Amino acid sequence: MAPGSWTGMLGAMIRLAEVGLRYAAPALTGQPGPVPDALRDLSCILPTGSFHWLLGPSGAGKSSLLALLHLALRPSRGELEIFGHRIRETPRAALPALRRRIGMVPQDSRLLPYLTVFDNVALPLRLAGVAEAQIRADVTEMLDWVGLATKTMTLPAALSGGEQQRAALARAVVARPALLLADEPTGNLDLPQARRVLALLREMHRLGTTIVVATHAATLIEEYPAPALYLQEGALIAHG
Amino acid sequence: MVDAPTSLPRGRDPLGLRHALADRLLPALVGAMAMLAALALTAAEGAGVLASRWRGELTGIVTVQMPDTDPARAAAALASLAALPGVASARPIAPERLAALLTPWLGPNMAGLPEQLLPSLIELRLTTSSSVPEALAAQLAAAVPGAAVEWQGLWLGRLVALSDNLRRIALSVLLLVAGVAVAVVVVAVQAGIAARRDSIAILHGIGATDGAIAGRFAGRIAWLAGTGALAGTLLALPLLVGLVGLAAPLTGAVQGAPWARLPWLGLVVLPPGAALLGWSAAQATLRLWLQRLP
Repeated sequence: MAPGSWTGMLGAMIRLAEVGLRYAAPALTGQPGPVPDALRDLSCILPTGSFHWLLGPSGAGKSSLLALLHLALRPSRGELEIFGHRIRETPRAALPALRRRIGMVPQDSRLLPYLTVFDNVALPLRLAGVAEAQIRADVTEMLDWVGLATKTMTLPAALSGGEQQRAALARAVVARPALLLADEPTGNLDLPQARRVLALLREMHRLGTTIVVATHAATLIEEYPAPALYLQEGALIAHG
Repeated sequence: MVDAPTSLPRGRDPLGLRHALADRLLPALVGAMAMLAALALTAAEGAGVLASRWRGELTGIVTVQMPDTDPARAAAALASLAALPGVASARPIAPERLAALLTPWLGPNMAGLPEQLLPSLIELRLTTSSSVPEALAAQLAAAVPGAAVEWQGLWLGRLVALSDNLRRIALSVLLLVAGVAVAVVVVAVQAGIAARRDSIAILHGIGATDGAIAGRFAGRIAWLAGTGALAGTLLALPLLVGLVGLAAPLTGAVQGAPWARLPWLGLVVLPPGAALLGWSAAQATLRLWLQRLP
């Protein structure tokens, strides 16, 4: 933990202080003129072990905020602190170690198409240098947990959308991350499949993982009431 | 019941590089360049041997044959030659030694030959043994008009210079081939990056370090370049043996098998050298590209 970090003092996993994000290159948007802020003056603290819904209309900045928390982007302004590290001051070489403590479930699953389900889920463990015997045990347990025990040698293209999403969830949690981020993890699923994914997220929360889930699924939010961050046009308009 | 896999061959290739990198074209190109490198290496070695041999035959001694045998003019010419810059000493060749030198051609009955029939020769020792400078040759001709100068040293010097330059050219070709090999690897790596951009981003996102990602590419490239170079070097061997055999009369190595005179150390180093070159070029290319990611 960095000396004098706020997150350490407050028992918080994440702290944002007037964080702003602006995508640098106009070429990325294809729009002439100045680029609007994707996020504006976000300030909040997410305690360790908390569960937060991330809500807001499309284009509100939910994915951008998750990208910041996943360390896929750095804030343009303000201060973002994760695991006690001020991200703007953290050297680039130190970020992979922080990312390995974060699990991410993207909206489109992003499985590697040429690897089997087993090998996709095993990726974080192999990167961490875990022994193959341990990997086999952990991945097998995880695939059993997400209901894909019979699909280990299947390629992602042969899976349904719900199965791909559960495989992505298994990959995100197999290394027991301290922070789990999910971007519309149920967006492409029917309600029973979505409930299954939510149950897995709740179980991770119960085991102590800090979780942030971006979603539009009102039904799921009603079924699992939790604090919410509500974004609109890049600004945090409600927290609680 | 979990359907646990029995083997995970592709799990250790998370970037799918067996399919993303040109696994036939790259070894073929590197193999062709290894053949050129082997040729250049052998040419450099051969030119070095020739230069060394011819340099060893340079004695720094020039023989001047006087136009007549008049003792007074011979003494004057001797003094003039000894005073020339670049000449360490000048002395007449004694009739007895001259007779000994001519005996193999004229037979043993030299004793009865009149002394006037023998040529008057002066032996010059030059201050340098590497070659006979062109300027000195002109001065010799001017100092003793009509004298005949034995020029073997001059031609040997020119051949030594030619061999040295051939050796430098061959080594330059070797460097050029290495440069082209690096360029080929860089292009192959960039094509691999383009094919696996999403996969790299995914691995980067789950915490792979630049070193881990670059290491995957570099390891695969090193393997492809190394095997290609090995094949190219092996294919070049018959050609090299033929060339060494053709050059044998010039190098003086007419005995023994030609393959024994190949530059084996350089040839053995070629495949691992190509692998190392490929590994380094891939590492540099990947790490530079990865700097774009946060």
